[in-house]
Amino acid sequence: MSLDDPVETFRQEARDLLEQIETDLLDMEHRPGDRALVDAVFRGLHTLKGSGAMFGFEALAAFTHHCETAFDRVRKGEVAATPELVSAVLAAQDHMRALAEGGEASQAEGEALLAALRRAVEGEGAAPVTAPEAAAATVWNIRIKLPADALVNGTRPLPLLDELRGLGPCEVSAIIDEVPTLEALTPAECHLGWNVVLTTEHPRSAIEDVFIFVIDEMILEIEEVAGAGAENDAPALAEDAPPPVEIAARAVKEPAAEAKASRGGDTVRVPAERLDELMDRVGELVIAQSRLEQVAANSAEPSLRAVSEEIERLAAELRNTMMVVRMVPIAQLFGRFRRLIHDLARDTGKAIEFITEGETTELDKTVIERLADPLIHLIRNAADHGLETPEARAAAGKAKTGVITLAARQAGAEVVITIADDGQGIDRDRVRRKAEDAGLVAPGATVSDQELLQFIFHPGFSTAQAVTNLSGRGVGMDVVKRTIEGLRGSIEVTSQPGEGSTISLRIPLTLAIIDGLLVRVGQGRYVIPLGAVEECVELSVEQDLRSTGRSLMTLRDRLVPFIRLRELFATGMAPDPHQKVVVVSTGQERVGLVVDQILGDHQTVIKSLSGFHADVATFSGATILGDGGVALILDVSHLVAAGQRQDAQMRAAG
Amino acid sequence: MTSILTVDDSASIRQAIKIALSGEGHSVVEAGNGAEGVAKADAGAFSLIITDLNMPVMDGLTMIRQLRAKPAHAGVPIIFLTTESDADIKAQAKAAGATGWLTKPFDPEQLVRIVKKVLAS
Repeated sequence: MSLDDPVETFRQEARDLLEQIETDLLDMEHRPGDRALVDAVFRGLHTLKGSGAMFGFEALAAFTHHCETAFDRVRKGEVAATPELVSAVLAAQDHMRALAEGGEASQAEGEALLAALRRAVEGEGAAPVTAPEAAAATVWNIRIKLPADALVNGTRPLPLLDELRGLGPCEVSAIIDEVPTLEALTPAECHLGWNVVLTTEHPRSAIEDVFIFVIDEMILEIEEVAGAGAENDAPALAEDAPPPVEIAARAVKEPAAEAKASRGGDTVRVPAERLDELMDRVGELVIAQSRLEQVAANSAEPSLRAVSEEIERLAAELRNTMMVVRMVPIAQLFGRFRRLIHDLARDTGKAIEFITEGETTELDKTVIERLADPLIHLIRNAADHGLETPEARAAAGKAKTGVITLAARQAGAEVVITIADDGQGIDRDRVRRKAEDAGLVAPGATVSDQELLQFIFHPGFSTAQAVTNLSGRGVGMDVVKRTIEGLRGSIEVTSQPGEGSTISLRIPLTLAIIDGLLVRVGQGRYVIPLGAVEECVELSVEQDLRSTGRSLMTLRDRLVPFIRLRELFATGMAPDPHQKVVVVSTGQERVGLVVDQILGDHQTVIKSLSGFHADVATFSGATILGDGGVALILDVSHLVAAGQRQDAQMRAAG
Repeated sequence: MTSILTVDDSASIRQAIKIALSGEGHSVVEAGNGAEGVAKADAGAFSLIITDLNMPVMDGLTMIRQLRAKPAHAGVPIIFLTTESDADIKAQAKAAGATGWLTKPFDPEQLVRIVKKVLAS
């Protein structure tokens, strides 16, 4: 992909424009009279059309033209921005998107969308359209002769003729008398002239205005044809007349509008893969630097140490800058959901208010992309299962409109995203029944509330009584949980019956570099992501012996299952006399990892494993150590799950 | 080398203009809307300004009027780009002080030619 290709720039631009138009249209549902929004949508469509035509996207330009025309009428106050119109243009968006991407877009679909658009516009504007006062139409004979260098100077005859046609029915004939013979013809010169017979109610000045920029250099003769004017029923353009519709008072200026305006600025677009390459280089640099650090540490040369420290500092700064470069505001992601909510509200017949908070919170680009699907699922769930119907809400003494809040905020090296609804909350009894049916819990067993709620993340678990179009197929929450854990994040759920549910996702800011705890098991070295580490304790020999076969240890009065990595990795070596247990957690669940030695913390540049090792679940990647050795990075969520399973089997075995 | 200012909210159009004109040895400065256009025009000396009309923040007509009101820019040729060959818009632009116009879509050669002509006069 070349940065110097305007067509590629246009595609990106079209994506941005469509996204912006969508946002504005959705805003318009709440503020239908906002002039600024109408202008913004019109401008977006206009640019899309203009630039599209410029780079060969004729179909897009032609299609967009109709939407633009509709909005031009809204802008001029001829029609109101009704929900039907907004919906029609929203529906047309996907079509435009397909056209902009250059894919095959069905023409029939385009026609259907335009028909809906026309209905939306005319349904509103039909009444006021009265035939324009039949100003007596005059017939004009117009002779046009452009200067020979007109084409060279950028004048194009065809748009001029089209413009004349806009004034009324035209008969155009070319004057070819002055076209020279082929050998004398200079292709860049304009030898043609035109005779036009125009029937219009517009005055002579309107005709002259068409030629306003070339009038000084051209020959333009306009003669009125005497006695004409019979054809009063010349098709009056519907667009011309209707009186303005009163535009509601402008809504209070929203802070969001300012935030959007500042989006322009001096920015450079860089393909994501270049950033990834750069990140890789930075990673290599960090590795080389830690090697240098070791060499320097073993050297008696003070100046070498000074240089090493300087490079360490620079590498750290470079790494931090690099991470910031990869950060994009989460607004991009949130913006997409407004459309989703719009569709959900329509499909479920529920009234939904969608509130987003913390849109400026930034996250690594890759992370944002991978968050899209889980969030879509969670929002669907909130709309479909969480919120009640307006009737049910009214009966429960709640406002008819349900509220779904999507919020993001940064907390240390993590971003916390919450999806909250003010619906009915999770029905514990139903979860319990389902869990018992599925054999997840023994009937009558005591289960804590938090444990009960965790069942919704179990594969195949759905409490929806009826499978609706939207959700409830039971292929959801477990996938969401796995995706979030794949991002090294965690997911938590809280729910109050009758008051709603909140799902919180905690996501690390970046995926590329993590702080890790370097440990030794046998002769191998491994990295445990530091974010997951709760504490490190010693496993005494007697505790080790006592727990043989049971693999449980007591930690502050709580039993924690542990996994002997030495056995898991089959090191075939005797354990160190003073083994350590690294307690790691994901959300509520904890597990201890028994290692031989804790070596210290380590800045870990994550390298993914090769395709051969794609099905190795215990490790999430590898990293290169300062001495050139390789350490595998443990996949904590997998190990915690394994630990919990082992615990469950143990319990089952009694 | 002549300096040319191109004002357009569409990055792809700016890019197309830049490629066409820098190929002719001109240096091209970009601005994303009318307000930016005025600021950049004030900051540099341009032999020609090419502007879109329909832009956020400040539209092209307002920009042309503002530039023409300043003695420093009174004589700089300004070409505007328009999608519609709408007589009304042209009349307004001419009244505001535009020198000429170019209808979108245009091909780069057309742009080069019109620039040549305007710079020569």
